[in-house]
Amino acid sequence: MVSIGAAVKEPGSTVKNKTGSWRTFKPILDKEKCIKCENCILFCPEGCINKEYDIDYDFCKGCGICAEECPVKAIKMERE
Amino acid sequence: MVLKVISANEAVAEAVKLAKPNVIPVYPITPQTTISEHLAKFVADGDIDAEYIKVESEHSAISASVGASSAGVRVFTATSSQGLALMHEILFVAAGLRTPIVLADANRALSAPLSIWNDQQDSIAQRDAGWLQVYVENGQEALDSILLGYKVSENSDVLLPSMVCLDGFILTHTVDPVDVPSQGDVDKFLPPYKPVNFLDPENPASIGSFTDPEYYMEARYAMQEAMEKSKKVIAEANKEFAELFGREYGFVEKYKCEDADTILVAMGSICSTIKEVVDDLRETGEKVGLLRVRVFRPFPEEEIYDALKGASKVGVIDKNISFGVGGVLYNNIKAKMCDIDSYGFILGLGGRDITPSTIKEVVEKTKNPTKDVQWIGLKEEEL
Repeated sequence: MVSIGAAVKEPGSTVKNKTGSWRTFKPILDKEKCIKCENCILFCPEGCINKEYDIDYDFCKGCGICAEECPVKAIKMERE
Repeated sequence: MVLKVISANEAVAEAVKLAKPNVIPVYPITPQTTISEHLAKFVADGDIDAEYIKVESEHSAISASVGASSAGVRVFTATSSQGLALMHEILFVAAGLRTPIVLADANRALSAPLSIWNDQQDSIAQRDAGWLQVYVENGQEALDSILLGYKVSENSDVLLPSMVCLDGFILTHTVDPVDVPSQGDVDKFLPPYKPVNFLDPENPASIGSFTDPEYYMEARYAMQEAMEKSKKVIAEANKEFAELFGREYGFVEKYKCEDADTILVAMGSICSTIKEVVDDLRETGEKVGLLRVRVFRPFPEEEIYDALKGASKVGVIDKNISFGVGGVLYNNIKAKMCDIDSYGFILGLGGRDITPSTIKEVVEKTKNPTKDVQWIGLKEEEL
């Protein structure tokens, strides 16, 4: 049940809201091509790429900034 | 009983003093100004132990009210016309966050053309914000409705803000005798505010946060439920008020409606004029009555229907216009009660004088209808 005035009474509740469903284009990283420059990790506005270059599709909104910033074009944006 | 001969604005200020709010953010605007002046004096003299915030606009006044109410204290603010329009965005926030603020609106026309005079367009335009709305007939009712407003709004079944609407100048700047209740009696009716929904460091929460489509509708539905539940709370508050203070208010006031063939429906101070006309016409044998709608939100459709069902013709008077459809009270009645033979009349916009002969014209045109909605008192030579 939504609380009175839709107050959020539980801290950290945004992790329950999986924004990956908003995505139209999905970033696919070719780890063979990747030179591990960390550009995608630094530029991802959602912090969805970890140090092992795994993309968290639960929260990736598919903005495509990682693909744009990749100097070796290792990330392809594929329609969902 | 202490009868004071005061304006309705002063009556509102007296009510606020008795309700003991902790925060009063206000911005002066004609014809509300004397409310903010009286309150400033009460706070400066130590008669009200409240923070009086001199804000830079009405948007800030209502925003500060939402903040203070969310912190868990009783809040009062007041405005009029352009000020209420500037509050528009935050009026919805106040209701959505379920802050039981009480606001007095000195009803005034909206620009353009710019007018400081009375009609009810300003508050009618805010009818969908989620606020309870009461339209008062005189200074006494203005005072009493502020106290009732807190009583109802703060009830845990309601938690929606209340707007007490009083006609600008006609009430705000004219004086009549008002019974100002004792602090002891008011304290019995309105004990210190115990917030049920507020920012409490012991139970941390975020309010006003972004809400996904998954939750938004439920929050809005809860407001509709609260509006429905407020009907019972209002009835109980009216009963308790009558027992303590001897003045009984309903959702509507029926004036000689029982056997009436023709009934006029209206809100606010115009009803005093209509009562005079009803008395005059009754003396000539015409069975005319008045239904004064006091509570406009929640809309008391059962009470209105009950009063109107026996009449052969009903004339609904609006001091507002929803362009393209007609007066709002008329349209609400028409939508909810299609079997009532009712007609709408637009009058008194921007302070156009309403005299007994204006009302008699409405009665005649209700009995002999030619159009769904008619404007009364237009100057033909200016059209």
